[in-house]
Amino acid sequence: MLSRVAERLYWSARYLERVENIARLVSVYDDLLYDLPRDIAVSWYNLIEINSDVLLFEERYQVKDERNVLKFLLSDDTNPGSLISSLKMLRENIRTTRDVVPAEMWELVNELDLYAKQNIKQGVNRPDRHTYLNTVIEGCEKLIGLLTGSMSRDAGWHFLIMGRYIERADMNTRILDAANSLIMQAPEEEKIRLGQVVWSKVLKSQSAYLSFRRAMRCAIRGAPAVTFLLTDVYFPRSQYYGLGQIKIAAAGLPRPEAVLSHVEALLDATHGVENSQDLNQVFSDYLNEVQLSLIKLHDQITDTWFHYVQGEAA
Amino acid sequence: MNKLIRNYQADVFFDELIDHSGCPRFSAQRLIECLDALPPDELEKRRLTAESTVQAMGISFTVYTEEGNIDRTWPFDIIPRTIDAKDWAVAEAGLKQRLTALNRFIDDLYHDQHCIKDGIIPEYIIMKSKNFRPECVGISPAYGVWAHICGTDLVRDETGQFYVLEDNLRVPSGVAYMLENRAITKRVLPELFENDDIKPIDAYPAQLLETLAALSPRQIERPGIVVLTPGIYNSAYFEHAFLAQQMGIELVEGGDLFVDKDDCVYTKTIYGPERVDVIYRRIDDLYLDPETFLPDSALGVPGLMRAWRAGNVALANAPGAGVADDKVVYAFVPDLIRYYLGEEPILPNVQTFLCERDDERAYVLANLDKLVVKPANESGGYGMLVGPHSTKEEQDLFAKLIEANPRNYIAQPTLKLSTAPTLTGKDALEPRHLDLRPFILQSKETYVTTGGLTRVAMKKGSLVVNSSQGGGSKDTWIVASKGE
Repeated sequence: MLSRVAERLYWSARYLERVENIARLVSVYDDLLYDLPRDIAVSWYNLIEINSDVLLFEERYQVKDERNVLKFLLSDDTNPGSLISSLKMLRENIRTTRDVVPAEMWELVNELDLYAKQNIKQGVNRPDRHTYLNTVIEGCEKLIGLLTGSMSRDAGWHFLIMGRYIERADMNTRILDAANSLIMQAPEEEKIRLGQVVWSKVLKSQSAYLSFRRAMRCAIRGAPAVTFLLTDVYFPRSQYYGLGQIKIAAAGLPRPEAVLSHVEALLDATHGVENSQDLNQVFSDYLNEVQLSLIKLHDQITDTWFHYVQGEAA
Repeated sequence: MNKLIRNYQADVFFDELIDHSGCPRFSAQRLIECLDALPPDELEKRRLTAESTVQAMGISFTVYTEEGNIDRTWPFDIIPRTIDAKDWAVAEAGLKQRLTALNRFIDDLYHDQHCIKDGIIPEYIIMKSKNFRPECVGISPAYGVWAHICGTDLVRDETGQFYVLEDNLRVPSGVAYMLENRAITKRVLPELFENDDIKPIDAYPAQLLETLAALSPRQIERPGIVVLTPGIYNSAYFEHAFLAQQMGIELVEGGDLFVDKDDCVYTKTIYGPERVDVIYRRIDDLYLDPETFLPDSALGVPGLMRAWRAGNVALANAPGAGVADDKVVYAFVPDLIRYYLGEEPILPNVQTFLCERDDERAYVLANLDKLVVKPANESGGYGMLVGPHSTKEEQDLFAKLIEANPRNYIAQPTLKLSTAPTLTGKDALEPRHLDLRPFILQSKETYVTTGGLTRVAMKKGSLVVNSSQGGGSKDTWIVASKGE
């Protein structure tokens, strides 16, 4: 496996995951706003804040309303983190790694890209938004299914796995952080009501609702929801599971030591919370630490496998 | 009488599908019947399906413009072009004969130059050729073969006789489009394949891999073979990726390779260096190796020529092979076939005037309005004068160009290119001019594609089929009679 190709596969998986996550996030947010009691004010602009996009957004838009937020997140090709931009990057990366992915991959990516571009207005306007986002999510799942069903579990696969789970872990912490700060900001008397709605939506955004029910056997509240999404051993979108997958993937590659010890440290630091009082600024800072550590992990992956140094290995 | 072709007028040209009495030729009979049986407007629906299929399949080529490179989708006409298997067998034999002679010629040029000593071809033609590489003199590639992959353009005149228009021995492209055209047709008009005896074309990638593997300098079970591409900005990048994928080998860019102190070529992999035995390079000679050729080119691999000369890696096509696709050398190919093989050429050349020769130049200059003038070393249809379609100013410009550099120009009569029915509107078929580019592979064995890439000039009356200049393409069928 060429170092360059390995890097592009890794990024393909990251962008694919990112496209799906953006679609999930917007979709759940839409749903959340419908279910919130009328007197609780929640703004679409929160979505900009959790992605740390405030500066980028403000350079482009004056009004922080639903329409602009959705344009920014979905259709704005000058925002490198938008759904459309991420899809474009996914397509470019697949275009340059066609020789190592299943033959159908290129065609499915094209279909998804064409659909997303041609119907983008449906995503921005409310009436068809759900259909649009759902179709995009299904398109992503089709790609993941194709890879899962027909790609050899060799080095290429390991890079896809690392890309997918590092992206997922990053998004997981962002969503938790967003929910946490939403509730922290709310007036004391609304916190309980708000919490019930928000945490169930957070679980839904990760397709975790039913798994949570089965695994935790308790009502949906902040502490168990957070604990589930961070520490569950079996759920494929939990932090713990994702880091474990990165570890297994790295172990199948040459010279994995540095990456492995970093993942170990991240795994050791992964913990849940005892009760809802723990969902505070300290928790928010903790999530921030995790995000920084994931960035370091990414750098380590890059240094270990993508920057080929001649004569270093034989 | 078939309703679809009732008003079809093939004019004075040879039409591939319809004869002069307006009836389908043998190879097209079942095709026309089948198309005729479709309900009205159905062809238009299928055309739209084809369009979206092309988009979904991501078949594109890149056009260079001042505003940047644009990835255009592949213009495709859904009506296949058919050729009788008996006619094709003759062309196939002619193509094999031609490439065999061309390879003998190239090998001779880089060694003893018997063809010059024996007066078959004048020395100045070689010495002034842009594609003769002194760096290659004395090298002996495996089997004496320099051009392993050749794309030869064939045309048919008004009698239906095949002629060779040019040989592309450097980095010919188009074969991926040939394969994709078939894939599109199978999806868009599946019923056509039920009752017709259309020969399959999908053996090409396997044949190419075999051709390349036979070049490996190391006799090992799984030699390292790669496709070397200049990258995504190259107009044929789609094809590079397609072929690498179909052959199951790695697509590399110059930066992925290096030549080590042992003069061997290696890929930069996550495991460390891995030895490369054969490179199917899709980069022009001059960009291959900055140590030998253009020093500031970043596309190639420093030291690659060193590794090749040492016999540690095979390059397909070999550097210097392009000397034989010079359009002036072209004029001598029939003589070269007689000289090296002692055989009469099976496929004739188009009549060619060499501007280097005083009498022929005088004729060309006096007839610029009737002839097609081509520079010796351009491809893609650039820098050409199509006499009957040109203005007086253009003719004057070419007269000056020819006077200034006669060696660089040849002229040919304007060809009466054959036509085939092309969908031009709702259930409307009109003749459009086309050519054919089969691909010939040669190393240990010689192999010719079944048919090739048909390129069609989509504009009425136009003779320019190049995709970079508004040409399109069609699926090409070699149709066998029963029992063949």
